[in-house]
Amino acid sequence: MEKETCTFSYCEKPEVIEVETDLLVIGGGMSACGAVYEATRWATPQGIRITMIDKAATDRSGAVAMGLSAINTYMGENDPADYVRYVRGDLMGIIREDLVYDLGRHVDDSVHLFEEWGLPIWKKGDDGFSLDGFQSKDAGKPMLKDGGTPVRSGRWQIMINGESYKVIVAEAAKKALEINRQATGMEQNHFERVFIVKLFKDANVKNRVAAAAGFSVRENKIYLFKAKAICLGAGGAVNVFKPRSSEEGKGRAWYPVWNAGSGYALGMQVGAELTMMENRFVPARFKDGYGPVGAWFLFFKAKATNSLGEDYCANEEALTEAKAKYGIYVDMMGTAIRNHLMMRDMKLGKGPIIMRTHEAMQVINKDFVEKLGEKEAKKKIKHLEAEAWEDFLDMCIGQAGLWACENVEPDKTPSEIMPTEPYLLGSHAGCAGFWVSGPSDLGAPAEWNWGYNRMSTVDGLFMMGDICGASGHKFSSGSHTEGRIAAKNATAFILDNKDYVPTLKQNVGDIAADLYLPYEVFEKYKNATTDPAMNPNYIKPKMLQARLQKIADEYFGGCSTWYMTSKTMLEEGLKKLAVLKEDAALMAAADLHELMRCWENYHRILSVEAHARHILFREESRYPGYYYRGDHDLIDDDNWKCFVNSKYDVDTGAWELKKVPYVQLVD
Amino acid sequence: MPSYVITEKCDGCKGQERTACMYICPNDLMKLDRDRMKAWNQEPDQCWECYNCVKICPQQAIEVRGYQDFNPLGGNVIPLRGTDAIMWTVKFRNGTLKRFKFPIRTTAEGSVDPYGGKPEADISKIKEPGHFTQQGAGVTLPTIK
Repeated sequence: MEKETCTFSYCEKPEVIEVETDLLVIGGGMSACGAVYEATRWATPQGIRITMIDKAATDRSGAVAMGLSAINTYMGENDPADYVRYVRGDLMGIIREDLVYDLGRHVDDSVHLFEEWGLPIWKKGDDGFSLDGFQSKDAGKPMLKDGGTPVRSGRWQIMINGESYKVIVAEAAKKALEINRQATGMEQNHFERVFIVKLFKDANVKNRVAAAAGFSVRENKIYLFKAKAICLGAGGAVNVFKPRSSEEGKGRAWYPVWNAGSGYALGMQVGAELTMMENRFVPARFKDGYGPVGAWFLFFKAKATNSLGEDYCANEEALTEAKAKYGIYVDMMGTAIRNHLMMRDMKLGKGPIIMRTHEAMQVINKDFVEKLGEKEAKKKIKHLEAEAWEDFLDMCIGQAGLWACENVEPDKTPSEIMPTEPYLLGSHAGCAGFWVSGPSDLGAPAEWNWGYNRMSTVDGLFMMGDICGASGHKFSSGSHTEGRIAAKNATAFILDNKDYVPTLKQNVGDIAADLYLPYEVFEKYKNATTDPAMNPNYIKPKMLQARLQKIADEYFGGCSTWYMTSKTMLEEGLKKLAVLKEDAALMAAADLHELMRCWENYHRILSVEAHARHILFREESRYPGYYYRGDHDLIDDDNWKCFVNSKYDVDTGAWELKKVPYVQLVD
Repeated sequence: MPSYVITEKCDGCKGQERTACMYICPNDLMKLDRDRMKAWNQEPDQCWECYNCVKICPQQAIEVRGYQDFNPLGGNVIPLRGTDAIMWTVKFRNGTLKRFKFPIRTTAEGSVDPYGGKPEADISKIKEPGHFTQQGAGVTLPTIK
């Protein structure tokens, strides 16, 4: 096929804006907001300029845009070492314990800030029942930082009234940015609706990140941000595998549908080393609506069974069979293993799998009546019912809508649960991401620290949130705290390299032409056929995504093969993926919105390629219930209790993969 | 559950450069049709049903209709977001109504003082563990024993 180039002969030439800053924060979610909050305090007195770029509006961007009903990482009375044990168990034995411990010892401070800023946090009342954010304030309950007792839904989780969680965190971040802007005299340091497409290395200084380029999704403007350090928090990858829903419901992804793998792709473009990209997360959630099950399991103590009423996690035959392949990990009964046992029953025709919400509510009802008498119990039950609905209304409103459409009242009717399509992420219950330098004071091997906490293997490029690898279970609070750690260390890096001036070997005009190529291609060919949607000269972003999802689903272990893949399947799929990557040179965008979709889907392709290459390299099934290598359906600790790291060369398309020893730091 | 815009209620945010729904949508879905001065959801199958357009619309012109590949018709969920609390009305297909009110914040919008009462960062400790708040409060972070 002929190579297309953009000479702005067909599409409108954009205005090119170059912005010079010192610390560039890419993303607007929890980690980015944490980064600008912490950095402003350290960097502003040093005259360091901070700039944040968000592809959406920061009030409602990132994974917390809808809200949350719980903060899943709050240590409180717990020892961070126990947090490490928990995360290690759930992630099948291989995590960077230095990063996880470090996060655990920092995280509560972020939660305390959220409460000060106005996030309502539930407290335990004197009668042992929960008080919401208003009730606890009215009752004079102290804040968490002053010894208030949160309502724990699990050992690490606390309940909140989190509809406006992101709005509150964004308010602090935006004010921090404004403080920095005024002190340093920048014209603008908060860019919304600017989508970053590429990172660039410095022309003169080896292995150093120097700039980021993107475009406005509102105006014909290309931006080039030159910076001395970059904190990358651009999220994980969603809608990379064919979803279970087929039409409108594709938007009802479990994780935010706008997380397009940009975090992974941006780091890969400058050759940052990846780790554990074979990891994925397949959450078991309420069917179709993908509403959260955590509160139902942990807070309301509901049981999940197969349709025969059997606890699928306690079936002796299934456990024996699983132990033969997955050994001691079955005893730990982490999320992956529970998924595995659920899927086994589904495949045996024992589905649907049922969350027995009605029975849980009956038990609670009986208990309340016995303890409190009819009248008081009725009041408490009404409060509890509201709490159950709030769990959805705060963070997955669509599930509430689905229950309403299906006439499901959870105290009367149980609901189906179902494993979703796979997701790539590193801040929730997954750990796919980049290999970073860790803290120096936790006894980790010397080669895990190269001077700046959370710096990737590319100098000046720091990773946070979903894309900081081998350290899952950060969730919202942990991502905020990780952003703070990363930005503080990025500030130290800038101070240690004061004379550095970013220089690019690329010409800014060429960068602009590259970014606008899909626009040029569309304008050039759109009139060749009577319907621009049906045109042999290009591929629109929707179809690019559909092809990617089909390849991932059928060859890399998606829903349609029950998460099963193998060497031969992966190799075949990678061949098809290589062709799709070629076709991406003919992406076509009718407008700025589609231009963003084109590049988002390109980012998705790179993320999926990394995922497939890692699964291919790791010759075992480390995460049964998330994916299986049919040709190596076992956990092989003797050979594979190690990290898998990789590097991608953006110029040649070559991959280097290697084993990196796992080192246990917490007993 | 993609959002939809009620023709009669939408005033295109009175011809401002962009509408409230366009401003807030995390996935860049809402668009203004300048000929009709009405907003619309340009990509319903990429809608996460986060309801941010519904909550922000000054005319209450946006609602959500369940994704039809699995939602039966007839139910809906409607929020009314105030300054410190949100009211939800959940209407079932069979007509059952449930109403809930939840707190959303304990401080006035815009009142956050991010560094009020917080210590300055001690630049000599920038390479030591701990956020500036923790260091400034004299907290020594634990290490692995």
